[in-house]
This record gives sequence, structure tokens and C-alpha cells, in this order.
Amino acid sequence: MQIFHRSTNTIAKVSIFGSIFFLAFFAWVFSTLLRSSYATGQGVMKKQPVPFSHQHHVAGLGIDCRYCHTSVERSAFAGIPPTETCMNCHRQIWTNADLLEPIRASYRDNVPVRWARVNDLPDFVYFNHSVHIAKGMGCVTCHGPVNRMQLTFQHASLQMEWCLDCHRDPGKNIRPREEVFNLDWQPPTDPQQALAMQTRLLKEYHVKTLTSCSTCHR
Amino acid sequence: MDSNAKGRCNAEASAPGEPARLDLDAVRERLRTKRGPEFWRSLDELAATSEFQDLLHREFPRHASEWMDDKDGVSRRGFLQLASASLALAGLTACTKQPTDSIVPYVRQPEQLVPGKPLFFATAHTVGGYALGVLAESHQGRPTKIEGNPDHPASLGATDIFAQASVLSLYDPERSQTILHAGRAATWGSFVSEASAALRALQPLGGEGLRILTGTVTSPTLAGQIQGLLQRYPRARWHRWEPTASNTAHAASMAAFGRPLGLRYDFTQAKVVLTLGCDVFAEGPGSVRYSRDFTDGRRVRKARPEMNRLYAVESVPTCTGSVADHRLQLSPPQLEAFALALAQGLGVAPAGVTSGGPTDQRVQAFLQAVTDDLKANPGASLVVADEYASTAVQVLVHAINQALGNAGRTVIYTEPVEADPVDAVQSLAELVTDMNAGRVDVLLMLDGANPVYTAPADLPFAAGLRKVRVAIHHGLYEDETSGYCQWHLNGAHELESWGDARAFDGTVSILQPLIEPLYGGRTSTEVLAGLSDRPDSTSYDLVREFWSTRLDAGAALGLGPATDAGGVITPRGFGSLPGTMAPTVAGPVAANFDAAWQRVLNAGLIPNTQAPVVAAALASGAAQQGAGQIAQALTATTAAGQITLLIRPDPTIRDGALAPNAWLQECPKPISKLTWDNALMLSPKTAQRLKLDTEEMAEVTVPGGRKIKAAVWIQPGVADDTAVLHLGYGRQNAGKATGLGFNAYPLRTRQALWALPGATLRSLGGRYPLASTQNHHLLDPGWDEMKLASEEAERREVIRHGTLEQFRQNPNFIQEAREKPAPDETLYPKVVYKGHAWGMSIDLSTCTGCSSCVVACQAENNVPVVGKEQVLKHRHMHWLRVDRYFGGDIDEPTIHHQPIPCMHCENAPCEVVCPVAATVHSDEGLNDMVYNRCVGTRYCNNNCPYKVRRFNFLRYSDRTTPVLALLQNPDVTVRMRGVMEKCTYCVQRIEEAKIEAKVEDRPIPANWLKTACQQACPTQAIIFGDVNDPAWEVTKLKAEPLDYGLLEELNTRPRTTYLAKLRNPNPALAGSDQGAEHGHA
Repeated sequence: MQIFHRSTNTIAKVSIFGSIFFLAFFAWVFSTLLRSSYATGQGVMKKQPVPFSHQHHVAGLGIDCRYCHTSVERSAFAGIPPTETCMNCHRQIWTNADLLEPIRASYRDNVPVRWARVNDLPDFVYFNHSVHIAKGMGCVTCHGPVNRMQLTFQHASLQMEWCLDCHRDPGKNIRPREEVFNLDWQPPTDPQQALAMQTRLLKEYHVKTLTSCSTCHR
Repeated sequence: MDSNAKGRCNAEASAPGEPARLDLDAVRERLRTKRGPEFWRSLDELAATSEFQDLLHREFPRHASEWMDDKDGVSRRGFLQLASASLALAGLTACTKQPTDSIVPYVRQPEQLVPGKPLFFATAHTVGGYALGVLAESHQGRPTKIEGNPDHPASLGATDIFAQASVLSLYDPERSQTILHAGRAATWGSFVSEASAALRALQPLGGEGLRILTGTVTSPTLAGQIQGLLQRYPRARWHRWEPTASNTAHAASMAAFGRPLGLRYDFTQAKVVLTLGCDVFAEGPGSVRYSRDFTDGRRVRKARPEMNRLYAVESVPTCTGSVADHRLQLSPPQLEAFALALAQGLGVAPAGVTSGGPTDQRVQAFLQAVTDDLKANPGASLVVADEYASTAVQVLVHAINQALGNAGRTVIYTEPVEADPVDAVQSLAELVTDMNAGRVDVLLMLDGANPVYTAPADLPFAAGLRKVRVAIHHGLYEDETSGYCQWHLNGAHELESWGDARAFDGTVSILQPLIEPLYGGRTSTEVLAGLSDRPDSTSYDLVREFWSTRLDAGAALGLGPATDAGGVITPRGFGSLPGTMAPTVAGPVAANFDAAWQRVLNAGLIPNTQAPVVAAALASGAAQQGAGQIAQALTATTAAGQITLLIRPDPTIRDGALAPNAWLQECPKPISKLTWDNALMLSPKTAQRLKLDTEEMAEVTVPGGRKIKAAVWIQPGVADDTAVLHLGYGRQNAGKATGLGFNAYPLRTRQALWALPGATLRSLGGRYPLASTQNHHLLDPGWDEMKLASEEAERREVIRHGTLEQFRQNPNFIQEAREKPAPDETLYPKVVYKGHAWGMSIDLSTCTGCSSCVVACQAENNVPVVGKEQVLKHRHMHWLRVDRYFGGDIDEPTIHHQPIPCMHCENAPCEVVCPVAATVHSDEGLNDMVYNRCVGTRYCNNNCPYKVRRFNFLRYSDRTTPVLALLQNPDVTVRMRGVMEKCTYCVQRIEEAKIEAKVEDRPIPANWLKTACQQACPTQAIIFGDVNDPAWEVTKLKAEPLDYGLLEELNTRPRTTYLAKLRNPNPALAGSDQGAEHGHA
């Protein structure tokens, strides 16, 4: 007895064939979404209590990264400046600026400023600033041209594939230690020279490719 | 589900639904004829019950993964089947967007603080009033971990379980959080005004009616304050009650020396040690130090084949007994007879008194051997009495040590460490009498004193308390006593307080706070100040002021460099950095006080404050009198079959004050492996005689008619005709711990606190499930497949052992028996580890089973507790467990401990079966566990021969109670439900050390790095390090001839290896049961 019409055969074949495309499409959508700035937060500016401009403070005034991020060479955490650091200058200049009221309020009332975290890794990832700096990784490599950011945003995707990209081949991002905090440093333009520098620094700084899980996951 | 049913044989004989009784005669018969493995975990194993066999082959009991709350419920698996479609898409809920976090910097950052790096502060932790010097780790103001202070005499860098668990008590959400007046929240101000008014009323009477009750006080500041108060109110009185402090030790000192004396031992000088029922390596304020000193004399190496010798005579199996070379089990009266006979043998006691002594030939042989051994080592021997033994026994032991010339060498008498030592029982009795007579107007109970729960049953404390006009209770918790008091003052935890305390040898440590009191609690010193004319003094003022006139500034300044704020920045693991000694500055105290104070805080102790040594002379006739008393007592209690009930502090929660601490509750007790409960322990023979079975409810009645109900636990190692019940359980008001276990306090009287002869036991039917972990995570070298062919089974023994003599004759006897497959006998790819290669060595000869490592691991690695119900399902989460084995006869076994962390196998069986590569090898040989990859198949778990993997069946980590978030180690991921976890060799510490070295561009110095278990271990049984670098201690240990790998015949190539357990038996006892294990005469 014929239950289904003959045309169902065709429909069945087409849908089996089509499902491949459907799955492929679905996979594409999924991976695109996963890498989108919606999911990663890359390039997204977050609302901060004070619209702090790195461009003004770093490029305009020439303040070194370490003036505020004091523990970056010693600790896993780079350090966010205490209110007192802001007030070192702002008790002298812009003392009445409305924008700075939250800072003054914090200093006055002894209540910390709650900044929105811009570069936020998942809780099962343990990144350490000090060792990256000791190995000649510049701030700009991960944080981007902070000196040109009016408002700070996350420069890189911070996804694991992005970490591994460098961990598998650290040479391409290495720079002399003295240039780590120089946001405008460029590698030698001559590829030969650049390669020679990379090879020399990798050796000098004992840089290894570390891809064991426990390097970052503990 | 039946996972809580203990294995039973003889199942057909029992009524349906009722688990069968264990047939102990069958067990004995089996053991006699059995060949093969000589160590056993439990009676169930010997009975070879089918349940046990099942557990041997499985990681979890059958149906352990089912979600069954009650019998009618749908199992988790069944539910998943029913709802599979909707759950298939539910997985997508994991794809949530990361929420925006805040960064909250300081307003003014403390000077020494480097965000992201911990600071270590030297302070002390007290148990029963005595201090253990510790370094507390602080992550931006929140203490997360306690380490031992390497410079402190009681610690030498190690800790006990209590110090490790103290951080959990600090953050316990059930702590009392406010001052209460008649049950309502009140303020400090209202307390001060009311208390002062009450005191003013007593002023004209000289303070008549004012009473203070404390535990043992060693704090010079607190003692000074109390003395000050007593001067102001000359008719006020200070009472003492410490439930676990021994009144008989005090009495013995009075009887032997005419005054209370401090007593400490020097195990480094002792070649032969005899303990009479004393758990000297796990009990008491000096136990951490004693363990270290004793085991230093037992580390047998190729270059040093020497060992001290320990005889343990005991009624209750202890950690000390487990490291003994000879263990003799005697019931309490027999033990007294033994002590008397020993004293007679050494000429201390007159031979004339009828000893009623040991008639058993074996005991006599033992006695003879011990006597000869002690005589042969005058001045280098040591007899340690149980502080809970009768006064007479302790007097005799004082006399024995004097006679052996040990006084001043291995036994050191000092001025008492305790401030104003009194007989606490007498002291409490006087208070109770006065309370009931209405003579007490104001009673102040300090530091968590809880006499309503802990007072001897013949002292009607609660009734008396009702008659006190103003009763003030001060402590961390609301408890049984606080309910009777008008005032409850919430106390400050030691990590929130300034204070001081003395160690077992008298050394003073200053306690410094790591955090502001979370709930505004106050210290006992502040409460006392509240009753003085300066009610607002802080504990800091009080302690500093006390020492400002007493500190020996010259000595303090000789302590080495100090940091400005009193913080010690110490690298994790290796104690203090070598620093240059500062020149000693002599001069008036005041001029140098600030500098000296900083040094003292920095070092964690005040130098030259040990209790002064005294030359103690035994009162003439004391020994004779003691001997007489024992003889008299023995004639009174020789009735055959009479059961003596022994009451002892619990190994993990002591007197019950620590009952709310879940880490201590879930830490398996060293011998019974019970968690969350105590039980009435009986020997197999006695249980058989009384027809009682494990988990059966029984009623214990002691002379005087007092009785309690308790569950029975058949514990091999307990002497016959002896029942043992630990204190601390059956609490009425202790938060989560309320109602757990059985309360032993109602049985105790002033006359009989620790041993109650003439107890009777009666079955009540009914069963009470006990969560013991002794049958959990069983190792199976495939004995049933081998048909127990004895030689092969012996080679695969989990605990390998031998004697010193054997070692001297052939140091390689362990190596020769090893069955280690050749390196190429594998399908795994060959990996060469060029850089670091982490490994561990665990010395079974020195492990006492104290479990410090277990709690240290829990604290370091954010290991959650699961509760009794989950422990019954084998779901406890400890990354490091200590397996306890028995050897030999079930009626008098030897006891052995084996700590089992992850073996970090080079050929790891777990890795190949993981479908998502969530467990993989690192390039330094670590078996990494990647939580974010894990999907919870549990295949790895299934394939791990060591059963060290733990699965989060439920969300065990508390992520909803805000205060518990402060507890977590920020360097370790807090795991979620559905994720596998296991020992990582403290990879966070490894990475920290590596990063530090890389930043400073230097290699990691040898032995720089310690795992949490290693650091906590009092006996240094656990050594971790880089096995590729010959400079590390671990590399040397692995080259020792005693080294072997657990189940290494499976070719897993474990990185954790063991040093075989060596004993040093007396050749004179070689033929006896004591000297040989079962099956190997």
C-alpha cells in the first residue's frame, strides 16, 4: 500500500541534500556570532563613571602607563589607580570640572570609584601582566593604540584562539623590553632586520612557546 | 538507593530490608586462611561482601549518579530521559554573554600592597588556649589561607587541621553577628552602661558576686587584665573551665612535684619512646612540633640507616599508634596495670603492691622488652603518659622518667605556661555551687565558653545560670549557653583581633588581625576593658600597652629585618627570605619600643619568652602512693567483661566548639574515617560479645544511671572491653551541626571525666547511617584476577614495608620486589621532559595520618564540602585523601596511612578516554584538568586506577552567600556543577613561582616551591619538586632505595611515588604477633 505520494521521495532527497547546507549555514552563523563584537565585546565602549581619555593623558600629556598602572611589572594585575592618583593632579587642575565630580566625591567620602572593566577575561583564565612585560610584549600588542583612544575600549577579541595565536608564535609580537611601554614603537621595516631582532630577543628573553592548558587555566 | 548500606555477608540469614550482620568469626577465619594482600581497609573487605567487591571495581557505588531524594522520586537519569528534547536545547543557555564586571580600586592604596599579590602576616592560632605560630595569607585585605610560621617553635612551618580550618570559621555565615540582650539586638553602649551599673552596685562589696569564667588562658594581656580586675574587686573570682584540658594532668603535677608545672618533650633526644595511650602526635598544643622532632629520627636513607623506636600501648587506636614500631592494645585497667608493672620493673614502684598485672604472656614479653629497651637508653628514652589517664598513672610516669634520667633531657619541666593554673573541674564546681546558692550576681563567660553543653553532668550549670542576675556570654556563636544569658556579645575571630598567646613551650606570639571584624565582634580583652574605666579601648591599645613596658627590645631587635607596617612579605612556600640580621640595639625599652614591636609582629613571636626550665624533684613517696592507688583501683575493677567507656576529644572538632566548621566535619577522622558524626566505638570481639553491629543504635548506661543513645561503630584497634566515644557531637544549638552525632557530655562526672568503668551497653534495634569514607575509593591491583597468588600479590601491595634490619642487610629489598615495566613497554608516545618535571615523594614511614594535608588542600584549592548525605554517596570532593589500612589480625591490627593525591601519571589512563581533551598533559608532566572544556562524561574518573578524580554532581560551591566569596583563593577556579576536578599539584603555586623567576630572569631555586599539602605537613612526609633537577630534595628521595610507585605494574608511570614504610621492631619481640604482619612471619 502506498502511504506517501511519490513526490515525497524527491522532497526527502532534497531535504537530506539541503540539510547539509542548512547545517553549514547554521555553523557559519554560530561561528560568526561567536566572534562578533556582540559576543566578545571587542571595540565596544563601556559606560564609565568618568569619561576618562587615555588619548589626552597619554598622548597629550605624555604620562607613562606605569604612573597609574603601578603593579604591571610586578603582578598579574596591572593595577587600576586609586583615587589618590587622580587627585595628585586634579587637586591642582580642573578642580571644578563637573566631569570630575565622581573622583572628588570618592576622595572626599572615601568611597571607591566603580569603573566598568574593559578587558575582562573569564574567571577560569589566569593572565599575568608582569611576565608578558618581562618577555618583551608591548602594551599595545594586546591593548591597542590606547594613546589614540578617546574612550577606552577592548582592542582584541580576547578569545582563546587570539591568545594561542601569539603563544604558538611569540616572535611576531616581541619587542625590546625598553620599548614595551612605548605605544608608538614600530618593528624595523626591513623584514630581514625584523626577523633578526625577533630571533635575538626570543633567545635573550628565554621566550618559549607555552601552550599547556595549565599555563592559563588553573 | 543503597550506597549507605555497609557491605554485609551472610545476606540470606537476615530479614528482608534489614542489612545482615557482619559475621566476624567468618572474617577471622577468612583472614587466617587468606593469602595475598596483607593490608585491609575495613571488615567489609575481609568479609569480601559483594558490595565491597563492587566498590572495588567501580569509582562510585551503583546508582550514585542518580538523583534520588526519596524512594518515590524520579531519578535524575529518568527525568533526563523524559525531558530529553527540551533539555537538548537547554544546553544553549550556556552561551550567555559575559556580564560587565566592575573594577574597584582603592581610594588610598596601602603602601605595601601590590594588587594581585598576597601579603603574609605573622600571627598565631590558638586551640585550647595554646598558640601555634602561623603566617596568614591576605589577598587585598581578606585572609584566605593559613600557613605555619617556620620560625615559630610550635610550628616550624607546619600546621594542624585546626589552624588550616580557621579561615572557614572566620567567614562562617552562621557566626553570631550582633550583641543580643534578652534575645534582641542591642548595642555596645547599652551593654557597657548596664554592665557598669551592675558592677558599681558590687563595688561596695568588693566585687562579691562578680565571677569570670574563661577557658585555659595563656594570653599575658588577658591574664593581666583579669588580675587587674581582681585587684579592683578583691572578692570577685576567676573560674576556669576547658572541656578538653586534663584535670588529671594538673593533679599529677601537684602530687608529683607539689605544684603545677609545664611539661614538654624533646623527641630529638629520644631513641626509645613509649606512649601509654597518648596520641602525642595529633593531640595537644605541642603535637605539630613533636611530630616533626620524632619523625626526624625516623627518616631512613641510604646514608643514614638509623631509626628511633616507638612503642605504643593504647586502648584507642591513634595516629601515634599508627607510626609505632610495636603497638599493644590494652583495655584501660590493663593499661594501668601495665604502667604499674613497668614502674615496678624499673624499680620506681615497690614490687610489693599487688599489681593484678598483666598475666597474658604476650603482654609480659612486651613489658619485658620495653623495660629492657628503656633501661638500655637512660637519658635517651621517653615515656609519655596520656594526659587523660588517671592521676596515679601520670605520677608514675613522672617517676619513671625521673628514674630513667630523662628529666631535663627528653622530658623538660618548666614553669607553667598557663596563666594561674588551677584544677578546672574544682573551679567550675565552685562556680556552680555558688550560682545555685544565689551568690553570683554578674557572670562573665569569655571566648566561647559553653558550659551548659560541656559541664560535667553532676554539675547543674544551666539551673545555676538561671539564678545569675546578669549573665554575659561572649563568643563567636550563639550556643547552648547563650540562650540562658541576658547578654550575648558577639566575639571577634582571631583573624580579626589583636591579642597574644603562648605556645606549648611558653613562647609568646602577638596575634594581629588580618581583617576588620566582619560583624563588629569584640575580643575578650575588649569586653574586659568594657567593664573597666576605659570601655572603649581597642584590643590593639590593650596588647600594645601591655607589652610597652615588658618587651625585651634588645632581643626583639635582634630578630632580623622588619617591614614598616608589620606585614611579612614571604614567598609562598619557603618561609622567610634570608635576610641580614639587624644589629642588636640595647637600650631602654621605651626608646626602642616601636622598632621592637614591628620586629616582633614581623617575626610572629617574642624572643626569649619560653617558660623557664625548672629542676623538678619528685615528692618523696609520690610514686609509692600512685602505685598504691593503681593497685587499689585495679582490685576494684577486675570484674571480667566489665566495659570501660573512654571519652576523648574528637580528632577533628575537639570539644564541639569547632562543630560548625564544615571542613573539620568533613575531614575524615584519622582512624575511623567517619565524617559528620561520632560513634560508640567497640572492638570486634566486644561487639560480638554484646551482639552489636556497626550502625546499630545502642544505649550506654554508666554507673549512676546516666545514659545516652549512640550508634555503634566496630573499630579494629580498640581494645577489648572498651568503648570509646568522642566529645563534641549532639549539639543542641550549633547551626548546621545541630543534632549531628551523639552527646557524650551527659555521661561525664567530676570524678570520671575521661574513663567511666562499669558501662553497660544495650541494643536498641534501629540503625543510624554513619558516613565513613573507609570503603571509598578502593584501590584494586587486580587481586581477584591473580587468584591471590601470594608472591605476585605481595609485589603489588599498595603499602610496601619492611624493617630497619631488613634495610640494613639489603637496602634494595623494595627495589628488587618492584614490578616496574620497561619504559618502552607502552603504546603511548614517548615524551621527554626537558625543562621542569614536577613530581612528589611521600614517606609512609613518617605519615601519622593527622590529615593536615587534607584540610590544607581544601583551603588552597577551593574544594567544597558536600555534607553527610553526599558523603554517603561517595561524593566528597577532597583532592587529597589519606587512605587508612589495617594490617594483621582484626583483633589487634597495625595501622597504616597513605596519602593519595593525583599521581600525575606520565601514561595517564584518564587522558586517553576524555572525548573533549579536558584532561591533558602539560609539557612539565602535569596532568592538567581543564574545567572549561569538561562536559562531565566521567570517563576519566572511570579509568583512573587511583580513583583520585572528583565530580561535581551538584553545585557544591556556595556562590550565593556573599561572605563565602571572600574565602576563595583567587588563584584557583571555583568549579561549577557537572565538572570533573582533581589534584593539580597546586599548579597555581607552580605558575606563580615560574612567573616570579621569569620576571626576575633567574631559575627557580631548589626547594623553593611547596604544595599546600607539603607545606602543612607536620612531619615533612610530603616532598614536592622538580625531578629533573638533582638539587631538589624530591629528586634525592626518588633515588632512595625505598622508593616505589603505587600500582606501577599498570605502567602508568606515576610522578607521585612513595617511600616504603620502615619499622624498627625490637628483635626481642620478633617472634610475637607484634613484630610481624599477617602472613609474613
